[in-house]
Formats: sequence, structure tokens, C-alpha cells
Amino acid sequence: MDENLISINNLSFGYGKELLHKDINMQFNRGKVSAIMGGSGCGKTTILRLIGGQLKPNSGNVTVDGKVVHEQGREGLRNIRRKMGMLFQHGALFTDLSVYENVAFPMREHTDLPENVIKDLVLLKLNAVGLRGAHKKMPAELSGGMARRVALARAISLDPDIIMYDEPFAGLDPISMAVICDLIRSLNDALGATSIIVTHDVAETFSFADYIYFLADGGVAAEGSPKQLLASKLPFVKQFIHSEKDGPVPFHAEAPSYQSDLSL
Amino acid sequence: MNNILNILEKLGASARSSLSGLGSCARLFLLTMIYSSDSFKRFNLTIKEIYFTGVLSLVIIIVSAFFVGMVLGLQGYYTLEKYGSSEAIGVLVALALVRELGPVVTALLFAGRAGTAITAEIGLMKTTEQLSAMEMMAVSPIARIVAPRFWAGMISMPILATIFSMVGILGGYFIAVLIIGVDDGAFWSQMQANVDFHNDIVDGAIKSIVFGFACTLIALYQGLVAPPTAEGVSRATTKTVVISSLSVLGLDFVLTSFMFV
Repeated sequence: MDENLISINNLSFGYGKELLHKDINMQFNRGKVSAIMGGSGCGKTTILRLIGGQLKPNSGNVTVDGKVVHEQGREGLRNIRRKMGMLFQHGALFTDLSVYENVAFPMREHTDLPENVIKDLVLLKLNAVGLRGAHKKMPAELSGGMARRVALARAISLDPDIIMYDEPFAGLDPISMAVICDLIRSLNDALGATSIIVTHDVAETFSFADYIYFLADGGVAAEGSPKQLLASKLPFVKQFIHSEKDGPVPFHAEAPSYQSDLSL
Repeated sequence: MNNILNILEKLGASARSSLSGLGSCARLFLLTMIYSSDSFKRFNLTIKEIYFTGVLSLVIIIVSAFFVGMVLGLQGYYTLEKYGSSEAIGVLVALALVRELGPVVTALLFAGRAGTAITAEIGLMKTTEQLSAMEMMAVSPIARIVAPRFWAGMISMPILATIFSMVGILGGYFIAVLIIGVDDGAFWSQMQANVDFHNDIVDGAIKSIVFGFACTLIALYQGLVAPPTAEGVSRATTKTVVISSLSVLGLDFVLTSFMFV
């Protein structure tokens, strides 16, 4: 069995004529928690969408378990996606369904399990994220952190091989953040899954990720284990890790000179 | 010269974007047909949507129909009375409703009530990434979200139009017979003698099916292509009403010219 479950090979992608990613390569090893970090708008979430086959690369490819994602037909893509669970930034819970029904949704869609088995599985998944007691609630009645945990329970409802997290810590209080951190690691190890986290939260990610990629200027600026990156002398990595406001990533957006704008 | 070129350029761009919109809409329809078998397997989803688009539209349809019928009764009576044929009021009300007002007004109300709800709901589902989440769960949003709403619209619209015509006729009856005092027997018998099942009722039903198709597809399409912002969803909702209303009126002219001329 290949050690890399997901491979991104010489991939270039752009929404218009301008490329967001230029010839990038990444490998995500089985059973590991990998993180993709970088500033806002550098295309981190786009990588997840390319892995999930929601976007097609301009050149290069993404392979999942040896299969090129963008070359798959309807059925092939369906089979790849059935192995994946994804946690969206704001949870993306179905607002017309209760917490219970949200978690049961993938089971009802993809299996013929009897109702009593579905009930046990849903409660099991909700228990794993600590929200078994909230199964009757509607998404609108949940806090941001709770909604994120329900979405996580839904993402793991079919025991996926790959779990992708899009900004799992954004907008969470420190307690919820610690809970989610813990869950990502423990679920990854309990399910034997491969996790990919897209985030810009340094402290949390460095505390539990196995491998980290830094994206900048359309390419991979740095990569390595948290230990290697902490020791890195690369100016971009140093600026990012130590939250320095100016450096290789400038504080000011590109603009004409200040004097000319103020007509001085 | 430059101004003329600019105008021509804008005209060309808008024609091109309209055509591409029409193409995308046709593609959406084909995809809906392809995924319909998946959605028919769980028909309860369509039934739920029939409740939202059809049953919950009943109040506005019934109230509007009764008032439209009463106005037809009043206006018709005053005009017919001048020619001494006020007994023909039943025919006038029934033909006006069954052939034109039933399907057209129902479609306009349907676009305003159910169409906007469909667009706003799908637009917000897109904004909150619910459609993306569904796609990533290997569940097609076309099968789960679009197809049940499409068939609910197709089923609800002809039924709503029929109810509109029936209630409208009762509105006309209320004014002409119960209030003004036109002969009860003449009202119904003239209607029975002059309203043809195939030429009037079936043609009216065909119209309502065509309008239901147009209004539902436009509402679904606008929801799916709405930019994922508050402004985007609000614009898409407005577009649904405007495009649906104009399409209904345009299609009505085309269908009428084929059916009744």
C-alpha cells in the first residue's frame, strides 16, 4: 500500500487568467494529521476543493488512493467522496434538519441501515463530540462551537478514510478551540484516518499536527514537521509563526506612493 | 462613433449573457431529468415540497381568485346588460378564468410566493455552503434539492390554477347571482353549453403546466447561480419575480395564439 493517500502533483489552478497555485506538490501520508497554513486568500481552501473534485486543476493533478480525481466520472467521484468527510468553516449544517437528522443524513443517503442501527450510530457519533444531549436541537439553537462539533460528527458519520477541516478554529472561544483540537487528533487516531487541516492558527496547529505545509505566492513556501518549522530560518515562516506584522508579507497592499495619493 | 460602438458592445454582451443563461437553464433542466429517478425513489421529499409550494400557496390563491371572480362578475354584468344578455355572465366569467386569468394570475402569484421562496432558500443554502457540503458527501444537490422542488412546482401549479378558476367562478356567481340577481339556472346552463372541455379547460390546463415549468425552473436556476452574498441572494429573488412574470406573459401570448386563434 502506498504511504501517500493523497498526492498533489505539479498542480496549477486559477479562477481567471491569473494562477492562484503554480506548480505545487504536496503529499499527505496515511494516518497522519497534516496542516496547510498560509495567509488569508492564498488558496488553502481551494486545495481542499481540488482534493474533493469540486474544482478542476488547470494543469497537474490530485490523486486519492492512486486515482486522479478530476478524471473520474460521476460514479468514480462519488466513490472517492464517500471515503471523505469534510468539516466546513461555518459547519454548513442543513438548517431544516435537526442535529440528529444532520448526522443521520449521510447514513440515510448511502446505506440501507435499519432505523434502530442509524439511531445507535448517530448517538455514538454525537457522543464522540460530546453533544449526545443536543440531538433534538435545531442548528439555529446551537452556538458556533457546538455547530462545528455537530458538523464534525456528520463528517465522520460514515467512518471516512480522509477527514478535511476548513478553518476549524475560526471564530471559536478558547475552550471550544481546545475541544476541537483534541477531537481532531483523537478522531484521526481512533478512526485510523488521514486528516488535512486548513488553518492559520499557529499555536493550535503546531501543538498536534504531524506535518505542515506553508503556502505563499502561489507555491509551497515551506514544509516540515512542527519542530523543523519552528527551527526554520526562512523569513516568511518566521514572520508567520511569530505573528510579525511586516516582513516578506507586507503590511500595506500594493499602492502608489503615499505622497501622490495625498496630493502632497 | 465611439458611443455607438460602446452601445453595440453592451448590447452584444447582454445578448450573449442572456443566451448563455438560457443554455445553462436548459442544462439544469436536463440534469434535473437525469437525477429525477433518484429523487422519485424518495417521493416524500417531493411531497414535502408540494406542501410548501402548493398547500401553503392556497390562501393567497383562493382569496385572489374570489376577488378576481367578483370583479369579473361586476364588470361583465354592466357590459352585458347594455346588450340585454346578462345571462351570459356565467360564460364570460368561466371562459375568462379557465382560458386566461386562472393560469396567468396563478402563475404570477406562484412566482411571487413560491418562486421567491425557492430562490432565496437555494441561494442561502449556497451561501452557507450547504450545497457544497452535500456535494462533498457524494449526494447530488440536483437530486436532493432541485428535482423535488421542480416536480413539486410542476404538480402544484396546474392544481392551483384549477382551484383558482373554480373559486373565481364562485366569486362571479356570488356577485352576479346572489347580489345582482341574475338567474341561477341561466348562469350555470349557459356556462355548461359554451365552455368546451377540450378547447377551453384542457388548453387552460396546458397553459398552467407550461407556466409552472417556466416559473419553477427560473426560480431554481436563479437560486443556484445567485452570488453567495446577501446582495446576490436579494437580487436573484427579484430577478425570479421579474423574469418569471415576463416569461409567463410572453408565453401566454404565444400559447393563446396557437390555441384559440
